[in-house]
Amino acid sequence: MEYKGVWILAEQSEGRVQRISHELLTRGRDLADKRKAELTAVIFGSDINADDLQELIDRGADAVIAMEAPPLEHFLPEPYAACMLKLIAERRPEIIIAGATTTGRTLMPYVATRANAGLTADCTVLDIDAETGGLLQTRPAIGGNIMATIKTPKHRPQMATVRPRSTKPAPRQQGRTGKIERLAAPPELLASRVRRVDFVPNPDEHALADADVVVVVGRGIKKGENVPIGQKLADALDAALGATRDVVDRGWLSYPHQIGLSGKTVTPKLYIGMGASGSIQHLAGMQTSENIVAINTDPEAQIFRVADIGIVGDLFEVVPVLTQRIKEIKGKE
Amino acid sequence: MRIIVPIKQVPETNAVKMDEATGTMIREGVEAIINPLDLYAIEIAIQLRESRPEGSTEVIAVSMGPPKAISALKEAIAMGIDSAVLISDRAFAGSDTWATSYVLAAAIRAIGSIGVSPVPGCIGVSPVPSDEAKTQAGSATGGTPVLPDLVLCGERATDGDTGQVGPGIASFLGMPVLTYIGKIEKVSDGKARVHRLVEDGYEVLETELPALLTVVKEIADPRLPTLRGKQKAKKADIPAWGPNDLDVKAECLGLEGSPTRVVKIFRPKVARQCEKVVATDEQAIHKAVDRVVEFLQKKDLV
Repeated sequence: MEYKGVWILAEQSEGRVQRISHELLTRGRDLADKRKAELTAVIFGSDINADDLQELIDRGADAVIAMEAPPLEHFLPEPYAACMLKLIAERRPEIIIAGATTTGRTLMPYVATRANAGLTADCTVLDIDAETGGLLQTRPAIGGNIMATIKTPKHRPQMATVRPRSTKPAPRQQGRTGKIERLAAPPELLASRVRRVDFVPNPDEHALADADVVVVVGRGIKKGENVPIGQKLADALDAALGATRDVVDRGWLSYPHQIGLSGKTVTPKLYIGMGASGSIQHLAGMQTSENIVAINTDPEAQIFRVADIGIVGDLFEVVPVLTQRIKEIKGKE
Repeated sequence: MRIIVPIKQVPETNAVKMDEATGTMIREGVEAIINPLDLYAIEIAIQLRESRPEGSTEVIAVSMGPPKAISALKEAIAMGIDSAVLISDRAFAGSDTWATSYVLAAAIRAIGSIGVSPVPGCIGVSPVPSDEAKTQAGSATGGTPVLPDLVLCGERATDGDTGQVGPGIASFLGMPVLTYIGKIEKVSDGKARVHRLVEDGYEVLETELPALLTVVKEIADPRLPTLRGKQKAKKADIPAWGPNDLDVKAECLGLEGSPTRVVKIFRPKVARQCEKVVATDEQAIHKAVDRVVEFLQKKDLV
């Protein structure tokens, strides 16, 4: 049986389909059209909201496979992998795309290894090779300095993860129809040596990735006592506060604030960086922001390469003036 | 208890320079370091050993790479790792994450099959698994090698930046994988209780051992090598194993064994033309701020 069809791995939380699923539909629809293939959204969970499953069709899926059982309510690597491997073996998709989320980045390599499949992490561009019909996977390499395009010549399925928020969610279209299969997960696949005993939410953690405006402090703030300079601008703009790795490594802000390769990727409408030089590692986590303003004393700072507007100046002089002006405009003072 | 820490030697990323003409990385003169995220795995492994009765726990580092990667293993020993093995051979060159996970999983099995015999004052696992040991370990007869209780990996390497090798090793070893671990609450009675950092908080997970954990930097502050450690590292005889020392299939190694291929490398385009405003005196600062505010208003951002 030949391999065909494009799958996206949709994700749910408390039975509700998550935004990443809709972003993946944008990627998947493009690939399926180019490949003239069917696009299927695959999702694991327990008692998933039926309207949300239909919404996957509305947003571009041709079919939905929901595999459900109470132990699949939360991500657990072993049962999720066992269910996914079963579906792959039975239905043989040619391409599987997942989000580079904590779930996708764990499940995909666990599955790819067993399925003897190729897997590429954190792709920024996915395309179909016009000649071979194979998946072209482009991702930043060597700290984001260069881009590499990767192929999977022989192994199937071809698997890839893409960063959350690197694509817009696929729009809802009225009148789309598709087949929704709700399958009970076979009990023999549900064994898990890992148990989830508790969950401690951290709303702040979410705030940075979801923020429309992000203010970032870099090493140029010189010491932890100066973080409030950034915080005040963030407050004035109703923005989330982020930091470079240098700042986090020095303990001036905690790890959930870190933006970059080893932290979070943000794609806000507006990014304002102060005292951030723009190391490759940081740029990889923010350069897809819609608008970028940077403040740095060094006119040659790398951050200016990706900025729309760069102020060459001392952040300790510039930022308080900017904060004051924003407050006036927003009527906060 | 046995803990294995797979580590990778990487270029010091901040020092990476590009050859503008060819778009390739200039490796000459770039310092090679232990992947920074692996330091957290090394540290927490040493802490676990220190928290247990003396002599009950050993920590072994393993690295796949060129011969010079031995310096990364020596540094790990200087930090406090008990012994180390280098996996090095031309046959492994060009491995993608699948082939790397495959070989490291085989190396971890091989370490389990030969055991480690710490001679007093001497560091290093016994050099090469004997045929007898391999047979006992079951590579030929189908028996089961002894898996370590814990495999601790850095969440990802700063050069490849995939985060795929840790879960891949776990999968090949048939171990559960727990990723993004920010805290190990306890390890006892063949179980571990850990905190896994996810997008909107953290999960408290309990796993049976053996298990593989990938750790993030919240887990510990890596220590610096001590003078005594450095002396131990200097004397350490670190064995280098090739394909013949492992239970691996030749067609699964290196470039040939890798499902993925890099077909093109190019420099990303810089899409923005930065408008630079110099703000050196007070008047200039106000002008610069005016310009930013104008930009934000035009884009409907304030």
